[in-house]
Amino acid sequence: MKERSKKTYRLLVGIFALSLLVACSSNDPDPVDPNEDYVPTPKPLTVPPIFQRLLPPPLVPGDNPQTVEGIALGRKLFFDPILSGDGTQACASCHKPSNSFTDDTKFSIGIDGLEGTRNSMPIYNMAWNGNSKFFWDGRATSLEAQALEPVTNPIEMHNTWQNAVSSLQSDGEYPELFNKAFGTGNITKELTAKAIAQFERTLISANSPFDKYLLGEGTLTPQELNGFQIFMDEARGDCFHCHGNENSPLWTDNIFHNNGLDAVITDKGLGNVTGDPSQDGWFKSPSLRNLAYTAPYMHDGRFATLEEVINHYSEGLVYSETIDPLMKAVSRGGVHLTEPDKADLKAFLLSLSDSSFINNPDFQDPN
Amino acid sequence: MKKIILLFALAVVAFGCKKDDDGGDPTPQNVSVDFKFSQNWGGAPVTQADFNSSIYTNAAGNFVTISKLRYLISRISLHKADGSSVDFTEYQLVDLTDPTTLNLSPALTATTGDYTGISFVYGFNEADNISGAYPDLNAANWNWPSMLGGGYHFMQMEGSFDDTNGAPQPYAYHNGTARVSPDVFEQNFISFDFNQNFTITGDATIEIKMDISEWYKNPLTWDLNDRSVDLMMNYLAQKDMQRNGASVFSIGAIVQ
Repeated sequence: MKERSKKTYRLLVGIFALSLLVACSSNDPDPVDPNEDYVPTPKPLTVPPIFQRLLPPPLVPGDNPQTVEGIALGRKLFFDPILSGDGTQACASCHKPSNSFTDDTKFSIGIDGLEGTRNSMPIYNMAWNGNSKFFWDGRATSLEAQALEPVTNPIEMHNTWQNAVSSLQSDGEYPELFNKAFGTGNITKELTAKAIAQFERTLISANSPFDKYLLGEGTLTPQELNGFQIFMDEARGDCFHCHGNENSPLWTDNIFHNNGLDAVITDKGLGNVTGDPSQDGWFKSPSLRNLAYTAPYMHDGRFATLEEVINHYSEGLVYSETIDPLMKAVSRGGVHLTEPDKADLKAFLLSLSDSSFINNPDFQDPN
Repeated sequence: MKKIILLFALAVVAFGCKKDDDGGDPTPQNVSVDFKFSQNWGGAPVTQADFNSSIYTNAAGNFVTISKLRYLISRISLHKADGSSVDFTEYQLVDLTDPTTLNLSPALTATTGDYTGISFVYGFNEADNISGAYPDLNAANWNWPSMLGGGYHFMQMEGSFDDTNGAPQPYAYHNGTARVSPDVFEQNFISFDFNQNFTITGDATIEIKMDISEWYKNPLTWDLNDRSVDLMMNYLAQKDMQRNGASVFSIGAIVQ
């Protein structure tokens, strides 16, 4: 009898211990030491209504899904100067929220005071860059690959990834944050780039007055509407062949063109990447969204104002061998818009600017 | 036990008969039919490698290079001898700079058997040519301006030609809906219907060929010195493209 009750007791203790174990393993998401099965919290991109209606779903690589923890880490990294060689510059130094994630200078200055050769690109709607070519010359083939470059570029953040990773690894917070985002506290440059790319993919801009007009939620001025007609008229602006239209609301074709800036090509752009001389001077069409915040314009920031940009296409086109045929009026310098047409076109272009994007609290410095 | 063996033997015979019976009226098999889009200039193959480098002479004697060629094919159907047809639902935006667009593998399968023809639409017909309806084409910036009737481009062919002084000039041979006058539009797609007897015996690939030189040749000799750019709102140019387009496409090899 005594023996039996002992056995029963042991059994009960065993079951209790087991149930405790089970309870522990299922309820404790201890991020300090996650195992390989650790799954961060999924956070799919929120697709704005105008994109939902007109565009394919966003492109998110299978090996870098959007997660709450990954986005938060990426945001912290994006605004943290820890990635630069001397701890003075972050991604956000040249990609400021208030400038639609570019800056207001022709060329940005790196940590050593050196000037770049191309204008900092704005960052938004990256998950709809269908051909996955990034930079003005398309040399990066993913957003993750793009994020790796500025850190080591000697005229930008001028660091080594070994050093950057070591700074992150010895930081008081980052190992824990990488743990939460990726299930490992072993920081690598690849995971760093993945986190930054996740944050960048959340930078979605589709709430301009023109978007609201398309959604039937707002109106445009007669001047803005006339400007849109000029934009869409092959005999006047003919802007739509490279810069979208009311049914292609990215406002870029995401491909590369020589838009007649120079008779002699000094920066070969895409041609330098592909090695094909027929692509010398080809640069990616930037989106026309948020132009109110992204001056100066062009790959080399040569135009300080939208008036200068419009004047370029109207009267300033210059022939070179690789010029895009869409710069059709090059033999007479451009399409020769009237002054009222230019003013209306500018008004329309500014209706594509989205103040809710630059002011979005989720996109500001969390540090 | 004997019965089981007998049944098994019968089953083997039955299956054997089904598999080996080539004569008579074989049961049609489901097969995949792919389409391959190829381009040539009067028979000489044209690929992206020719862009900006190969110089062609069109019927008007213009020296022409090509820097872009994108075109839309829709509503491909295979017509069977029994009067039925296999109607593929995909459309294809062919872009010579993207080799993946030179092949289409439709979701629908066809069946083995005798066929009498192949049809397709160059561009979109009126029912399909709905502004903004196709997200992938929107993202490809393939839309045709609403002031010109909306919908989508049918073709964008661009490049350079030498003018009468020998100076290079751009051309943008863009085709889509024709605008007769403000708010009056005319359909401009082309329906192709090739009567051609062929037998599909297994998975097949059918080549749809574009002879680019025909856009400049037949029936109208197209001189780029007269018409090279700003052609989208030019009604006559749009209709002349449609006329010349009628001899542009043909069916090439059927490989299976």
